[in-house]
Amino acid sequence: MSLFLAQLSTAEPIGGLTLAHFLVVSAVMFTLGLVGFLSRRNLIIMFLCTEMMFQAAGLALIAFGRFHMNHTGEVFVIFVLTIAAAEAALALALVVLLYRRKQTLDAEAWAELQG
Amino acid sequence: MTELLANLVPVLAQEVSAHGDGGGPAWIASVPLLALFASVLCLGALFLGVKSKLPAWIVVVSLGISFIVTLTGFLAWQGTADDSGHLHAQLIQIYEWIGMANAGSGGEAFSGFFGFYMDGLSWLWMLFVTGLATLIALYASEYMEHDVGKGYARFFAAFALFVFSMACLVMGDNLLLLYLGWEGVGLCSYLLIGYFYKKPSAVAAAKKAFIVNRIGDLGLAVGLFLTFVTFETIQYDELFASVGSGVMANGQAYSGTWQSWLIPICLMIGAFGKSAQFPLYVWLPDAMEGPTPVSALIHAATMVTAGVYLIARMMPLFLADETHLALTIVAWTGAFTALLAATIGMAQFDIKRIMAYSTVSQLGYMFAGLGVLTSAGAAFHVFTHAFFKALLFLACGAVMHGFAGQLDLRKLSGLLSMKGWGIVSLTMLVGCLNLAGVPLITSGYFSKDMILAEAFVTPNEVIAGSSWIGWILLFTAGLTAYYTFRVFFRVFVGPEHFEPGDDHHGDDDDHGHDHDDAHSNGHGGSHDGFHPHPPRMAINGVLLILALCSFLAIPTYFVGKHHGWVGGLIHESSAYVPSEATPWLHHADDDHTGDHAGDAHHEGDLVAGTILGQDPHKAMYFISAVVGLIGILVAARLHGPAGAWGLGLGSRTEAATSRADALLPRMGPVARWAQNKWYVDEFYNALFVRPLYVLANIFHAIDKLLVDGLVNLFGLLPRWLAQSLRPSQSGVLHGYAVGMAGGLVVVLVIVLVLLFMGGGGG
Repeated sequence: MSLFLAQLSTAEPIGGLTLAHFLVVSAVMFTLGLVGFLSRRNLIIMFLCTEMMFQAAGLALIAFGRFHMNHTGEVFVIFVLTIAAAEAALALALVVLLYRRKQTLDAEAWAELQG
Repeated sequence: MTELLANLVPVLAQEVSAHGDGGGPAWIASVPLLALFASVLCLGALFLGVKSKLPAWIVVVSLGISFIVTLTGFLAWQGTADDSGHLHAQLIQIYEWIGMANAGSGGEAFSGFFGFYMDGLSWLWMLFVTGLATLIALYASEYMEHDVGKGYARFFAAFALFVFSMACLVMGDNLLLLYLGWEGVGLCSYLLIGYFYKKPSAVAAAKKAFIVNRIGDLGLAVGLFLTFVTFETIQYDELFASVGSGVMANGQAYSGTWQSWLIPICLMIGAFGKSAQFPLYVWLPDAMEGPTPVSALIHAATMVTAGVYLIARMMPLFLADETHLALTIVAWTGAFTALLAATIGMAQFDIKRIMAYSTVSQLGYMFAGLGVLTSAGAAFHVFTHAFFKALLFLACGAVMHGFAGQLDLRKLSGLLSMKGWGIVSLTMLVGCLNLAGVPLITSGYFSKDMILAEAFVTPNEVIAGSSWIGWILLFTAGLTAYYTFRVFFRVFVGPEHFEPGDDHHGDDDDHGHDHDDAHSNGHGGSHDGFHPHPPRMAINGVLLILALCSFLAIPTYFVGKHHGWVGGLIHESSAYVPSEATPWLHHADDDHTGDHAGDAHHEGDLVAGTILGQDPHKAMYFISAVVGLIGILVAARLHGPAGAWGLGLGSRTEAATSRADALLPRMGPVARWAQNKWYVDEFYNALFVRPLYVLANIFHAIDKLLVDGLVNLFGLLPRWLAQSLRPSQSGVLHGYAVGMAGGLVVVLVIVLVLLFMGGGGG
């Protein structure tokens, strides 16, 4: 563990930025997304929050790719973006349909879908 | 093997060689195969939805060819007589059907061939089976025409399959092939009785026939097993050689063993089922639910004689039992069945049912004939009965066809004088004369007399109460004449009257075949719009041919030296009762008697029976003639039309009423009992059917509770589990999100803890 932390701080910096900076930004973004997702009830906001968590994970992947000097992380992110684009189209369409049903974007309106 | 036996038992060597195998033409296999081919073609037509009479022509042509092939084979066989004039059985083995090494206890192999054993018995049966099947298929082509495109192909497919099965049964050279044919004809009988499968009574009759036959078939199967266990062969030629030598496969003497009486008893039970003898006769009258050509071919002329064939074929096994136990039962059952069925037939009103009971009754005659050791008489009666009973059924069928299913003799009268019904009426008269046994001009008279006379000839010491059987059969002959002419006098002569049945399919000549909607039941009692349509070419032609055949059967009684042509064929078959078995007979013309004249004397206390002190054969010509004529006169008196032929016997001026009706109340319950078939069906219902239903219900309940309960228990477990977990699906989106986040946290914590612990350790 300590070896891993040491590596983080001693990696080759890019303009003074180390891997740790990117990971911190990524963690902050992810946490913001998660908190937003848990606290908000508007379906569109909740959807945006999931997108933010997505991008946080992507940022971390790119940072790792750069850190290891290969393209694995970048390729992976390209895939994720593609899938996310498709998924966003689908999710927004669903949100529109849900809105049309109940004339509201409140997630609680759908609480009757229970087991 | 044959040589070995010949050395062991020199006396029987002649018999062995007489029934020994000679080769034969393999093309005789085309007889069953043509029928099978026709059946397959008809099935093809069925699936292609052929809407023409094509299936009928396929069947008529291929069965006609089968008949010609059989006739050719028969004539060729006739030319194979050896120096002493004997005709050897032809053994034609096509291929080994089922072969098993080390099947028997002694290491013997079981082998069942697809092969044919053609002797006089097989040829006789095949000739009338293929001949009649061709004629009746021709008749059916017209009779079934209102079903063209619907059931037509199905009917003819089953019809041809029946002929295939019957050919296997009759031509087979072993008991296994016989069994195949036996079940095959049973299946076809089931399919054809249930031909009108939308009619509940037809479905019930088909099931009844199949299930009652099953009881008999069990007997046949057990008999077959016992035969193999005892002799380690089911091949006829080897079997008869073993029986002739009197040695079982284990080297011990056959005579006196338990097998020697049990095997015939088992085979006899099989024969009782298929040939509708008491107590298994109940299926045959119900089988009349099938189309009439089927009743004529299967349930009168051919299939029901399979039992007679089986006993005749296995005659050596029946004779090997010196106590004649099975034969005595056969004789008494036959006589009893003949009487019982005749009394029922007297009281029925459905003319087809009357014919059905008369078939049961006549089969009783055949069995009695076999029982009193005249296989020739039984076979001759089968032969003549095949023609005249098919004729009677087909004539009844023509009436049924023309009068929209009307079969009640109270609602039909005077057909003879109706336009277009002349041929039907006259051929019906020919059939009735034969069945009643009118002297000299009918073949039925001669064949019945042969059985009656032999019943008196056979000593009571050999077949217990043989002469009593004779008296019963004689009395039954009188009843037969009465009920036969009851039908004729009621339906065909007298004032013209008819009420059509409710089975309309429109007048074919005028309206074509629209029978889907036009069949309202409104025609029940009235005539509005109904015209009876008389039969056309095919039906009339077949009726005439059959009537001619029933006359042509008369001269066959007078040819040859062994009781006519049929007797001669039986003499060259396994059904022949050798003179050693009938020492009370001294046939001067029998070529066996010369060798055994000396042997016969030490059993000389057995003398041929007499009837009232006279020679039965001569006396019976007069007695049975008188009995038959009395029966007809009584029928004329009770049912005949007024003023007919100037005799002034009858008095009937209306269709429905006759002198017999006034007589009925005075007979008390007897008439009612006979009309209700002696309540045999009800008795069977109470004794077997009801208890079986109750048993089935009990088993059904056990199945529901125990078996289903166990299975459902395994199904319930996951259901309970799921039910207890279901509330976790609350439907609140945030709940799920918190759950996911919480799970993520837990996983993270675990990973971190593990990492730090690993780090601490390193």
